[in-house]
Amino acid sequence: MDSAQLIGILATAIATATPLVFACIGETITERAGVINLSAEGTILLSAMVGFAVAKTTNSLLLGFASAAVVGALIALVVAYAAISLQQSQIAIGFVLALLCGDLSSFLGNPVVRIPGPTVPSFKIPVLQDIPIVGPLLFQSDWLVYISYALIIATWVYFYRTRSGLLLRAIGEQPAAAFARGTNVVLMRYLYTLVGGALMGIAGAAFSLDFKAGWSHRHTAGYGWIALAIVIFGGWNPIRVALGAYLFGILQSFASVAQSTIQAVPTQVFTVAPFVLMILVLVLTSSDWLDRLLSPLPASLRRTALQTIRVTPPAALGRTFEQD
Amino acid sequence: MKSNLLSRSNYYQVGSFVVSLLFIAIVIALSGVSPFQVVASLWDGAFGTADQFARVLSTLAPLLLCASGLVFTFTAGLYNLGIEGQIAVGAIATTALLRLLEGAIPAPLVIALALVAGTIGGAIWGLFAGVLNVYGKVNEIFAGLGLNFVAQGLTLYLIFGPWKRPGVASMSGTELLNESLWLSTFGNTEASPISLILAALAVVVTVVVIRGTHFGLKLRAVGQNLRASYVLGIPAVRQLLSSFAICGAFAGIAGALQVVGVFHRLIPNISSNLGFLALLVVMLVGFNALFIVPVAFFFSALNIGSLQLPLALQLESSLAGVIQGTLVLFAVLGRGFSERKNGLKNS
Repeated sequence: MDSAQLIGILATAIATATPLVFACIGETITERAGVINLSAEGTILLSAMVGFAVAKTTNSLLLGFASAAVVGALIALVVAYAAISLQQSQIAIGFVLALLCGDLSSFLGNPVVRIPGPTVPSFKIPVLQDIPIVGPLLFQSDWLVYISYALIIATWVYFYRTRSGLLLRAIGEQPAAAFARGTNVVLMRYLYTLVGGALMGIAGAAFSLDFKAGWSHRHTAGYGWIALAIVIFGGWNPIRVALGAYLFGILQSFASVAQSTIQAVPTQVFTVAPFVLMILVLVLTSSDWLDRLLSPLPASLRRTALQTIRVTPPAALGRTFEQD
Repeated sequence: MKSNLLSRSNYYQVGSFVVSLLFIAIVIALSGVSPFQVVASLWDGAFGTADQFARVLSTLAPLLLCASGLVFTFTAGLYNLGIEGQIAVGAIATTALLRLLEGAIPAPLVIALALVAGTIGGAIWGLFAGVLNVYGKVNEIFAGLGLNFVAQGLTLYLIFGPWKRPGVASMSGTELLNESLWLSTFGNTEASPISLILAALAVVVTVVVIRGTHFGLKLRAVGQNLRASYVLGIPAVRQLLSSFAICGAFAGIAGALQVVGVFHRLIPNISSNLGFLALLVVMLVGFNALFIVPVAFFFSALNIGSLQLPLALQLESSLAGVIQGTLVLFAVLGRGFSERKNGLKNS
């Protein structure tokens, strides 16, 4: 494999991962606040359909993305209301919405199947695009890709470098303590669930208006379920989650190349790989096996290794919180 | 007081049902067709001919099997989203055995052994999720979803790899089974008495075990309070693992029936999403095993009836899923409302 081919694979990987980055960051924000939005698959499908239909009729990309974000936020509102206010199982409500919104997208989206529509224009950043290797890889994409880079960094900064980010993490870890310190936990959880849902909606539009422009039934190939897996794989850390999304993109784009070059390895191995990796990471990081595995190491080294490998979910994830 | 509470929750159930119907009517109206036309078309599609009714029954069997299995995991307090994969692995195990023994021993015996293989395959895949959950401390939802994709990958690998049809490997699946290995049916229809008997048995066994045995009682205890039952000396680990294995076994039979009774080969979407549909069924009945039968029948009729929609009214057949999902969504919301109102009144 020569370098041009490799750059090709990596460029495809970034394009493949971009919708996933929006969805994964959205879910990360939601889960950090202590809520699981399991509807991801349905949210992405329905917002992809609506985003495409709106952009097509109004001929405005911006309105397409905005309506997709609104759809995502509305579905998140149902999740938040059922989970936070009615204290029903987040898993049950999210799962039902995943199926319902998926079917709604197929039913209502029937008139816009496989018709051409507007797409996000590409934009090559001057000067930077001429840098060898890095240029073609990072600076010859479209607006959405650059926004996704900014989103990753902004979310990381918000989480770990701002006071409100600290509060966000607190309501997912110790809601009772955060409430005692005067945080309106319920309001904040609503807010972050809605923000996360809106980002998932944008992920949908990133499909139908950019990556796989257009709309057809089951357009997004299970990306919602994959996003849920990647958030865990990335340990609820925006940078690690994004790396997980890019790893998935690399595996996917490698699979499509491998189909023609390496016949010995079945391509299904690459498509299934993220899930096997996710399970392995989960087993390694949440069970006691990791401690045993690292026990031969000296104490200080072991502690550092544990800190870097082990990911723990927000302690209050999926739990209801009674404010009054 | 008790009857008062009961009537109150009934009131919310009826209320949520009415709201569901309104929502569904609005969705249908958005597509520009009269809801009454749609109902007529759905009815016609499910019950219009003997063939169509037989198809409803052949969908009902795996749905009842999966829903029965899910009652076990739900009772233990688990969301077994891995059921789709458990169906697929059951189907794979069945196909493997059919390929191995075809022609070597009498066909009825091959079919019987293949059903056993499917049961074991599903149980192992269910147990796998259970082991990840109990010993690996992996949340059962993500273990299940992950294993679904692994099972899907395995199915595709077999269809395109070792089990591909001579000359052409395609999404249409493996080569059709020899007709002697097809499950016997009522006349020339798709419904098989054996499938229905197995499904009925599954429901009966489930009701009896959950309501009337010591095992069921312990399972309920584990489901209601894992920590407390552990302290009280109930072997929670064994209960959790058994519920995963039982659910997987029932799903495995469903997968086996899809191969020998319906498709007569292994296809990529062998589960036909019946596992997820079964989850909706169990959520709607609130884990009461007896009500599974009418709800599953209604859902099967919707699934088959909706196949008529594209032909009769140029609508998407996914309307069936919209109706099913809406009913469950509002039932969950209605339950939440009634609990909240009752809670406020009590406090």
